[in-house]
Amino acid sequence: MIPPAFDYVRPASVDEAVRALADAGEDAKVLAGGQSLLPLLRLRLAFPELVVDVGRIPELRGVRDEGDALVIGALTTHHDVMHDPLVRRHAGLLAAATETVADPAVRHRGTLGGSLAHADPAGDLPAVVLTLDAELVAVGPNGRRTIPAREFFVDYLQTVLAPDELLVEVRVPKADGWGFHYEKFHRVAQAWPIVGVAALVRRDNGHIAEARVGLSNMGSTPLRATAAEQALAGAGDPDAVARAAESAAEGTRPSQDPSGSPEYRAHLARVLTKRAVLTAAGMG
Amino acid sequence: MTHIKVNVDGTTYEDEVEPRLLLAHYLRDRLGLTGTPIGCDTSNCGACTVDLDGATVKSCSVLAVQADGSEVTTVQGLAKDGEWTALQRAFHERHALQCGYCTPGMIMAARDLLRENPQPTSYEIRQALEGNLCRCTGYQNIVRAVLAASGQEAPAVAEEVTA
Repeated sequence: MIPPAFDYVRPASVDEAVRALADAGEDAKVLAGGQSLLPLLRLRLAFPELVVDVGRIPELRGVRDEGDALVIGALTTHHDVMHDPLVRRHAGLLAAATETVADPAVRHRGTLGGSLAHADPAGDLPAVVLTLDAELVAVGPNGRRTIPAREFFVDYLQTVLAPDELLVEVRVPKADGWGFHYEKFHRVAQAWPIVGVAALVRRDNGHIAEARVGLSNMGSTPLRATAAEQALAGAGDPDAVARAAESAAEGTRPSQDPSGSPEYRAHLARVLTKRAVLTAAGMG
Repeated sequence: MTHIKVNVDGTTYEDEVEPRLLLAHYLRDRLGLTGTPIGCDTSNCGACTVDLDGATVKSCSVLAVQADGSEVTTVQGLAKDGEWTALQRAFHERHALQCGYCTPGMIMAARDLLRENPQPTSYEIRQALEGNLCRCTGYQNIVRAVLAASGQEAPAVAEEVTA
């Protein structure tokens, strides 16, 4: 299908982009790689008056090392994220999950910042940055602000970003030495996960000292399986992990859709949490 | 209208286009390059895959204005002086197409893989082609054609499904 008509600007800097967004009010959409926005436009599920194409702003691209954290430009493509040596070394969970996003052609265009700002709870990367305790940096007319991932996702396809704010960076604390795994269940290769689970595990003497578990598609936002995280602390064998994973769906509100009922999703969350944590902990 | 300048298959074009015009429609309807088909409206099928500045994209998911200043290669730009590339020959010789609708996208996606990984395994080929659907279910021969194009013999069927 053919998208609805819109005006188009291609700012050359973040400041210019923010000005364009501020001038346009609520009727503007940011275009990065376009792999979420263009399907929405084609299906006429979005009708922006103005599309602000940030795709040619070089300062938004790339990964840099800032000591205890990596700073990933919002416009860095999935392809570049998953191949980046710094990401692979210090944020392996992000590299591994990004490898499972869509397919190679989509990963050439789609961006980390775009998929986070799109905030689809069925997306893979929102739950992953939540698990990594990442921070998101946005620039608006009044300057920059840093938003913890825990506060960034508000509701289905909604974030705390104001209409005139642009997501510019994702700060990912280094998780050196932590085991990780992203496990998702989907019915065909490129489909959204029915449920996805991101696990990050710090081990100590064969036991799980600390575990973080993030859930994709278990509610209107990505979630942390807090009860399972607490229960996993101290687990020293697969049976203990399996028992802890039984609480993975506590506090979640998964949706009902043709891919599954809330009960089925809760079941998947428990099973996938067990698998993801066992693999992350090297017990699989 | 927005002014764009795009090099497609070695020819530079300048046009005024509506910002909403998809690259796939620009190639087909404005430039007449109908070798790139459109299969779906959901970014799933990969039939419209082209190369944009050295990497594959689904041309139904890129605006023509986003390709301004870029180089696009379609399946029609691969043959030189009427000579098919090894990959195109392999698709022909290994019967890697039935109806042929997915073939341009398959060839562009396989070409992208072989640039990064000149000797892929069957498993790697399947991973690389996961964004391209063949509804004739000709995947076995497509994988064999890509293996052949990389100078490898196709393994027995039983070995193919594993890494």
